[in-house]
Amino acid sequence: MMMKPLHEEPHVLVLAPGEADHRFWRDLWHYRDLLVFLAWRDIAVRYRQTIAGVAWALLQPAMTMILFTIIFGRLAHMDGGGMPYPLLVLAGLIPWQLFSAALTGSGDSLVANAGLISKVYFPRIIIPMAAVSVAIVNALVSLALLAVLMPVYGVWPTWRLVALPLLLVLTALIALGAGLVVAAMGVRYRDIRFVLPFVVQCGFFAAPVGYSTVVVPEHWRMVFALNPMVGVMEGFRWSILGHAVHELPQMLAMSATTMVVLLVVGRWAFRAVERDAADWL
Amino acid sequence: MTKPIISVENLGKRYRVKRPGMREGGGLRHAIEAGAASLWNGLSRMFKGRAPYDRIAPEDEFWALKDINFEVQAGECVGIIGRNGAGKSTLLKILSRITEPSTGRAVLRGRVGSLLEVGTGFHPELTGRENIFLNGAILGMRRHEINKRMDEIVAFAEVDEFLDTPVKHYSSGMYMRLAFAVAAHLDPEILIVDEVLAVGDVQFQKKCLGKMSEVAKDGRTVLFVSHNMAAVQSLCKIGVLLEQGSVVQVGLASEAVTAYLANGSICGEGFNTSGRQRKPTNCEIIDAWIERDGVPTQALLFGERADIIIVIQVVKRIKFAVEMILRQQDGLAVKFAPSGLAFDWEIDQASGSLKIRCQLPPMRFASGGYSIDLITACSGKEFYDYIESGLRFTVDSSAVGERNWMFNQSRNQGYSLWEVNYQVDQNEITQGL
Repeated sequence: MMMKPLHEEPHVLVLAPGEADHRFWRDLWHYRDLLVFLAWRDIAVRYRQTIAGVAWALLQPAMTMILFTIIFGRLAHMDGGGMPYPLLVLAGLIPWQLFSAALTGSGDSLVANAGLISKVYFPRIIIPMAAVSVAIVNALVSLALLAVLMPVYGVWPTWRLVALPLLLVLTALIALGAGLVVAAMGVRYRDIRFVLPFVVQCGFFAAPVGYSTVVVPEHWRMVFALNPMVGVMEGFRWSILGHAVHELPQMLAMSATTMVVLLVVGRWAFRAVERDAADWL
Repeated sequence: MTKPIISVENLGKRYRVKRPGMREGGGLRHAIEAGAASLWNGLSRMFKGRAPYDRIAPEDEFWALKDINFEVQAGECVGIIGRNGAGKSTLLKILSRITEPSTGRAVLRGRVGSLLEVGTGFHPELTGRENIFLNGAILGMRRHEINKRMDEIVAFAEVDEFLDTPVKHYSSGMYMRLAFAVAAHLDPEILIVDEVLAVGDVQFQKKCLGKMSEVAKDGRTVLFVSHNMAAVQSLCKIGVLLEQGSVVQVGLASEAVTAYLANGSICGEGFNTSGRQRKPTNCEIIDAWIERDGVPTQALLFGERADIIIVIQVVKRIKFAVEMILRQQDGLAVKFAPSGLAFDWEIDQASGSLKIRCQLPPMRFASGGYSIDLITACSGKEFYDYIESGLRFTVDSSAVGERNWMFNQSRNQGYSLWEVNYQVDQNEITQGL
């Protein structure tokens, strides 16, 4: 080991109650590589020793889409509102799956990584952030499905497609905010582990995956849009298919507001738990 | 004088203890009931400018550490010792930032590398190379730093041909070597190490100890927690002795180890007359203790020498012998030392009190508790005083030999090491099959 003069870089660390709050951003920046490695670990481990590998990220939404098309599109004659029904489902499914995977992953991440948290220091928020990153990568892969199916149904990309990355970021941040709250609660109350999958399941039916918000009566639409995913999903349909409910701007504003609120509350709740998370895990 | 590299001031860590009435594990329902009250409490405290989380009722709190003060100068190797529950791990957790202190503060003037476990974050499915990157990042290294040290790490771990094999196929020795190698090349100014040497094979342990003393010689500061007193003594210059959450001694490592062993609060009693078998006549045993290097103690390390001091009140001039019986933890008598019958040593003394020093041979004993019966007698005829288990002492768990093997009474392999000199008879080797 090479000897570095100790005075070269004064590196003073003060440990006292509440002191960690002052270093939050600096620490997060210092550990940015860890975020990448943790996300990469989860992706690498998930698809190792599988035959289909990363193709699973395509197969899952594809199968759900086919199921929806058969059951709702063909059997129940659900109306696509002028949009090809499979594309309508897929445009709702991709953001929804991003949301649910990011929320479930980040919500469970602290407990799942208890071994790390009780043995080594790093900014804890990296763990839920890595879980969300994994979901984003999966969503990006599943976008390929869209790229294949759009020409099949004669839908061609327009300038509106530039909104797609923004909508993905919006979804990821909503999920991160909610995930932080859930993760914080989950550290102390393991009940969350049982409640969360059920809530996500309910959300799936409450969100417009298999139908367009157009079918919702007009005066109920903004109530419906209290679910922040409604704005995002309709935004996806507008961006890809060009069809928009006329309340879309308000809905997106609702989603963005919810995102900000969730992030603020989430970070607060997370910080409150983070300081002694190691003692609870 | 330069500022100390570590200064700890009034450091304390408080935990919440569950009262018997509280439901185990908490649970959401209980939390909602209690939460409403405490949320209101917290909010009102926050508006009054007090910390919202400072609301543990005094009867529910437990101080794992309280008022810890010590300083470490750069380049020192400090051993932190103490019994289980003395607060060693809590102290390490605070200094490695895993948990926050409840009171006081610690100032660390240097890059900290902490190693509370070897191989934290290793994933069995990932290859050796991938785990080096992952583990390095978890320990706080940047990607380019890991790249720069990759060759050194691989060389230290001796795993180069298996670098692209998933670590689940590694032998446990390879796994440990790789894990330690990453941590050892963290290049911190302050290295915090917890008991990691208790695992792995001999060569590995030697290598780790070597690496640690190399780190210390390099001007780095090492904080080392261990139950292995021998390792602490050989590796550390300074010792910090913790007891029930407080620092009881800071000083030379050898002195701290002595204090640790001398501390009787664990086995509780010194001289104890509750096992007295008869009313003493003629010569009564009035006090007794064990001395290690002239200091009273109730705990010894494997292989150490000790003296037993017995104080006897002689009522009338009489010739008597001193006898001692050593008993194992379970009460089984294992050794007998009758001064008259075996060694032809007796006292013929006018009345008054006298102090007898009994020099014991090196105690190559299994760790665990022992007791000694203290007897005065007219050799072979009658007892004048007989105190069963009048003295108790423990032999502290410490490694025997080079392999970190722990010799323990509870293993049922006897209580004392049988020192056999094993050798191959050179004249009787048959070559070939």
